[in-house]
Amino acid sequence: MSSRRTRSRQSSSTRITDEQINDLVSKLQAVLPEARIRRSDRVSAAKVLQETCNYIRSLHREVDGLSERLSELLEESSSDQAAIIRSLLM
Amino acid sequence: MDSKRRPIHGGISRNPNSTSKPAMAFHFLRALSHIRLTTRRGSSLARRTLRIRRAAYASMACSAGTRRAWSRALLRKLRSPAPRRGASVLPRRAARTTSSPDTDLRQALALRRLVPGGAAMEHCELLEETADYIRCLNAQVWLMQAVVHGLGDLSN
Repeated sequence: MSSRRTRSRQSSSTRITDEQINDLVSKLQAVLPEARIRRSDRVSAAKVLQETCNYIRSLHREVDGLSERLSELLEESSSDQAAIIRSLLM
Repeated sequence: MDSKRRPIHGGISRNPNSTSKPAMAFHFLRALSHIRLTTRRGSSLARRTLRIRRAAYASMACSAGTRRAWSRALLRKLRSPAPRRGASVLPRRAARTTSSPDTDLRQALALRRLVPGGAAMEHCELLEETADYIRCLNAQVWLMQAVVHGLGDLSN
Protein backbone atom coordinates (compact mmCIF):
# COMPACT_ATOMS: atom_id res chain seq x y z
CA MET A 1 0.00 0.00 0.00
CA SER A 2 2.81 2.40 0.74
CA SER A 3 4.59 1.43 -2.47
CA ARG A 4 1.73 2.79 -4.53
CA ARG A 5 2.01 6.08 -2.75
CA THR A 6 5.77 6.04 -3.13
CA ARG A 7 5.53 5.61 -6.87
CA SER A 8 3.05 8.40 -7.31
CA ARG A 9 5.13 10.65 -5.11
CA GLN A 10 8.28 9.99 -7.07
CA SER A 11 6.60 10.80 -10.34
CA SER A 12 5.86 14.33 -9.13
CA SER A 13 8.14 17.21 -9.97
CA THR A 14 10.16 16.93 -6.76
CA ARG A 15 11.95 13.66 -7.44
CA ILE A 16 14.10 12.59 -4.53
CA THR A 17 17.34 11.09 -5.75
CA ASP A 18 19.38 8.48 -3.95
CA GLU A 19 22.18 10.98 -3.93
CA GLN A 20 20.13 13.46 -1.97
CA ILE A 21 19.24 10.81 0.55
CA ASN A 22 22.85 9.69 0.88
CA ASP A 23 23.88 13.28 1.38
CA LEU A 24 21.35 13.76 4.16
CA VAL A 25 22.35 10.47 5.77
CA SER A 26 25.98 11.50 5.83
CA LYS A 27 24.99 14.82 7.40
CA LEU A 28 23.14 12.86 10.04
CA GLN A 29 26.20 10.71 10.58
CA ALA A 30 28.19 13.89 11.20
CA VAL A 31 25.92 14.84 14.09
CA LEU A 32 26.39 11.53 15.85
CA PRO A 33 29.20 11.37 18.39
CA GLU A 34 32.41 9.63 17.40
CA ALA A 35 31.85 6.90 19.95
CA ARG A 36 28.79 5.68 18.07
CA ILE A 37 30.00 5.76 14.51
CA ARG A 38 33.45 6.71 13.35
CA ARG A 39 32.87 9.49 10.89
CA SER A 40 35.52 8.21 8.54
CA ASP A 41 33.80 4.87 8.16
CA ARG A 42 31.40 4.37 5.35
CA VAL A 43 28.44 2.73 7.04
CA SER A 44 25.09 1.78 5.63
CA ALA A 45 22.17 4.15 5.87
CA ALA A 46 20.32 1.61 7.98
CA LYS A 47 23.16 1.58 10.48
CA VAL A 48 23.20 5.37 10.67
CA LEU A 49 19.45 5.46 11.26
CA GLN A 50 19.73 2.79 13.92
CA GLU A 51 22.51 4.61 15.75
CA THR A 52 20.56 7.84 15.41
CA CYS A 53 17.57 6.27 17.13
CA ASN A 54 19.79 4.92 19.90
CA TYR A 55 21.44 8.29 20.34
CA ILE A 56 18.16 10.19 20.53
CA ARG A 57 16.87 7.73 23.12
CA SER A 58 20.00 8.20 25.20
CA LEU A 59 19.67 12.00 24.94
CA HIS A 60 16.05 11.78 26.09
CA ARG A 61 17.16 9.66 29.03
CA GLU A 62 19.85 12.17 29.84
CA VAL A 63 17.30 15.00 29.87
CA ASP A 64 15.19 12.90 32.25
CA GLY A 65 18.13 12.28 34.56
CA LEU A 66 19.24 15.91 34.53
CA SER A 67 15.67 17.03 35.22
CA GLU A 68 15.60 14.85 38.30
CA ARG A 69 19.00 16.11 39.41
CA LEU A 70 17.88 19.72 38.95
CA SER A 71 14.72 18.96 40.86
CA GLU A 72 16.77 17.73 43.82
CA LEU A 73 19.10 20.71 43.63
CA LEU A 74 16.28 23.23 43.48
CA GLU A 75 14.95 21.85 46.71
CA GLU A 76 18.36 21.75 48.39
CA SER A 77 19.75 25.15 47.64
CA SER A 78 18.83 27.60 50.33
CA SER A 79 20.14 30.77 48.68
CA ASP A 80 17.50 33.02 47.22
CA GLN A 81 16.92 32.41 43.55
CA ALA A 82 18.07 35.83 42.50
CA ALA A 83 21.57 35.01 43.65
CA ILE A 84 21.44 31.69 41.83
CA ILE A 85 20.34 33.20 38.55
CA ARG A 86 22.87 35.98 38.88
CA SER A 87 25.75 33.67 39.49
CA LEU A 88 24.72 31.38 36.65
CA LEU A 89 24.67 34.27 34.23
CA MET A 90 28.11 35.62 35.19
CA MET B 1 37.94 28.00 40.32
CA ASP B 2 37.58 29.77 37.00
CA SER B 3 37.15 26.56 35.10
CA LYS B 4 34.15 25.61 37.23
CA ARG B 5 32.33 28.86 36.79
CA ARG B 6 31.62 28.58 33.12
CA PRO B 7 29.11 31.06 31.75
CA ILE B 8 25.94 29.51 30.47
CA HIS B 9 26.16 30.98 27.02
CA GLY B 10 29.80 30.28 26.41
CA GLY B 11 30.93 30.88 22.89
CA ILE B 12 29.06 31.57 19.69
CA SER B 13 26.99 28.66 18.52
CA ARG B 14 28.18 27.29 15.23
CA ASN B 15 24.64 27.08 14.03
CA PRO B 16 22.97 30.25 15.25
CA ASN B 17 19.83 29.52 13.30
CA SER B 18 18.33 26.71 15.30
CA THR B 19 20.35 26.17 18.44
CA SER B 20 20.75 29.61 19.93
CA LYS B 21 22.28 28.85 23.29
CA PRO B 22 21.62 32.27 24.86
CA ALA B 23 17.94 32.06 23.89
CA MET B 24 17.71 28.54 25.22
CA ALA B 25 19.41 29.53 28.46
CA PHE B 26 17.09 32.49 28.91
CA HIS B 27 13.94 30.42 28.44
CA PHE B 28 15.12 27.55 30.57
CA LEU B 29 16.45 29.61 33.49
CA ARG B 30 13.33 31.70 33.54
CA ALA B 31 11.23 28.54 33.67
CA LEU B 32 13.42 27.11 36.44
CA SER B 33 13.05 30.28 38.44
CA HIS B 34 9.28 30.13 38.00
CA ILE B 35 9.21 26.49 39.06
CA ARG B 36 11.18 27.32 42.16
CA LEU B 37 8.88 30.22 43.00
CA THR B 38 5.72 28.21 42.58
CA THR B 39 6.95 25.07 44.30
CA ARG B 40 5.03 24.52 47.49
CA ARG B 41 6.76 23.12 50.52
CA GLY B 42 6.49 19.35 50.59
CA SER B 43 5.55 19.03 46.93
CA SER B 44 6.82 15.83 45.42
CA LEU B 45 10.14 15.47 43.71
CA ALA B 46 8.47 13.62 40.85
CA ARG B 47 6.08 16.43 40.10
CA ARG B 48 8.83 19.02 40.09
CA THR B 49 10.96 16.75 37.88
CA LEU B 50 8.17 16.56 35.33
CA ARG B 51 7.81 20.34 35.31
CA ILE B 52 11.54 20.76 34.79
CA ARG B 53 11.60 18.23 31.97
CA ARG B 54 8.69 19.99 30.34
CA ALA B 55 10.56 23.29 30.69
CA ALA B 56 13.58 21.70 29.02
CA TYR B 57 11.64 20.69 25.92
CA ALA B 58 9.83 24.02 25.95
CA SER B 59 13.07 25.97 25.94
CA MET B 60 14.35 23.83 23.07
CA ALA B 61 11.19 24.48 21.09
CA CYS B 62 11.23 28.21 21.89
CA SER B 63 14.81 28.70 20.80
CA ALA B 64 14.18 26.93 17.50
CA GLY B 65 10.90 28.80 17.18
CA THR B 66 8.65 28.06 14.24
CA ARG B 67 11.54 27.61 11.85
CA ARG B 68 11.59 23.85 12.21
CA ALA B 69 8.90 21.24 11.80
CA TRP B 70 10.00 19.41 14.94
CA SER B 71 9.87 22.58 17.05
CA ARG B 72 6.45 23.50 15.66
CA ALA B 73 5.18 20.03 16.54
CA LEU B 74 6.70 20.31 20.00
CA LEU B 75 5.17 23.75 20.58
CA ARG B 76 1.77 22.43 19.51
CA LYS B 77 2.07 19.52 21.85
CA LEU B 78 3.19 21.67 24.78
CA ARG B 79 0.31 24.06 24.33
CA SER B 80 -2.33 21.36 24.10
CA PRO B 81 -4.36 20.95 27.29
CA ALA B 82 -3.42 17.31 27.86
CA PRO B 83 0.36 16.98 28.13
CA ARG B 84 1.79 13.61 27.16
CA ARG B 85 4.81 11.85 28.58
CA GLY B 86 8.04 12.30 26.69
CA ALA B 87 8.77 14.55 23.78
CA SER B 88 7.72 12.30 20.93
CA VAL B 89 4.33 12.57 19.32
CA LEU B 90 2.56 9.28 18.88
CA PRO B 91 2.40 8.35 15.17
CA ARG B 92 -0.89 9.20 13.54
CA ARG B 93 -2.20 6.35 11.43
CA ALA B 94 -3.55 8.62 8.71
CA ALA B 95 -0.35 10.47 7.96
CA ARG B 96 1.73 7.68 6.48
CA THR B 97 3.35 10.00 3.98
CA THR B 98 6.56 8.07 4.16
CA SER B 99 8.58 7.56 1.04
CA SER B 100 11.39 5.86 2.88
CA PRO B 101 13.46 3.33 0.99
CA ASP B 102 12.29 -0.16 1.87
CA THR B 103 15.57 -1.24 3.41
CA ASP B 104 15.48 1.59 5.93
CA LEU B 105 11.79 1.41 6.62
CA ARG B 106 12.02 -0.13 10.06
CA GLN B 107 14.60 2.36 11.29
CA ALA B 108 12.77 5.23 9.66
CA LEU B 109 9.58 4.27 11.48
CA ALA B 110 11.43 4.15 14.80
CA LEU B 111 12.91 7.55 14.04
CA ARG B 112 9.49 8.98 13.26
CA ARG B 113 8.34 8.10 16.74
CA LEU B 114 11.35 9.73 18.34
CA VAL B 115 11.39 13.05 16.51
CA PRO B 116 8.48 15.40 17.28
CA GLY B 117 6.17 15.61 14.31
CA GLY B 118 8.12 12.88 12.58
CA ALA B 119 5.08 10.84 11.66
CA ALA B 120 3.94 13.34 9.05
CA MET B 121 7.30 14.09 7.46
CA GLU B 122 8.67 13.07 4.11
CA HIS B 123 11.75 10.88 4.32
CA CYS B 124 14.20 13.62 3.36
CA GLU B 125 12.55 16.10 5.68
CA LEU B 126 12.76 13.53 8.47
CA LEU B 127 16.51 13.18 8.01
CA GLU B 128 17.06 16.92 8.01
CA GLU B 129 14.80 17.57 10.97
CA THR B 130 16.45 14.76 12.92
CA ALA B 131 19.91 16.27 12.53
CA ASP B 132 18.63 19.62 13.77
CA TYR B 133 16.68 18.02 16.61
CA ILE B 134 19.81 16.20 17.77
CA ARG B 135 21.87 19.40 17.68
CA CYS B 136 19.23 21.09 19.79
CA LEU B 137 19.02 18.19 22.23
CA ASN B 138 22.79 18.30 22.63
CA ALA B 139 22.64 22.01 23.40
CA GLN B 140 19.87 21.49 25.94
CA VAL B 141 21.75 18.68 27.68
CA TRP B 142 24.87 20.83 27.80
CA LEU B 143 22.83 23.69 29.27
CA MET B 144 21.27 21.49 31.95
CA GLN B 145 24.68 20.09 32.89
CA ALA B 146 25.99 23.63 33.25
CA VAL B 147 23.07 24.57 35.50
CA VAL B 148 23.62 21.44 37.62
CA HIS B 149 27.28 22.43 37.98
CA GLY B 150 26.33 25.98 38.88
CA LEU B 151 23.78 24.95 41.49
CA GLY B 152 26.11 22.30 42.81
CA ASP B 153 28.81 24.91 43.37
CA LEU B 154 26.41 27.12 45.27
CA SER B 155 25.18 24.53 47.69
CA ASN B 156 28.75 23.58 48.65
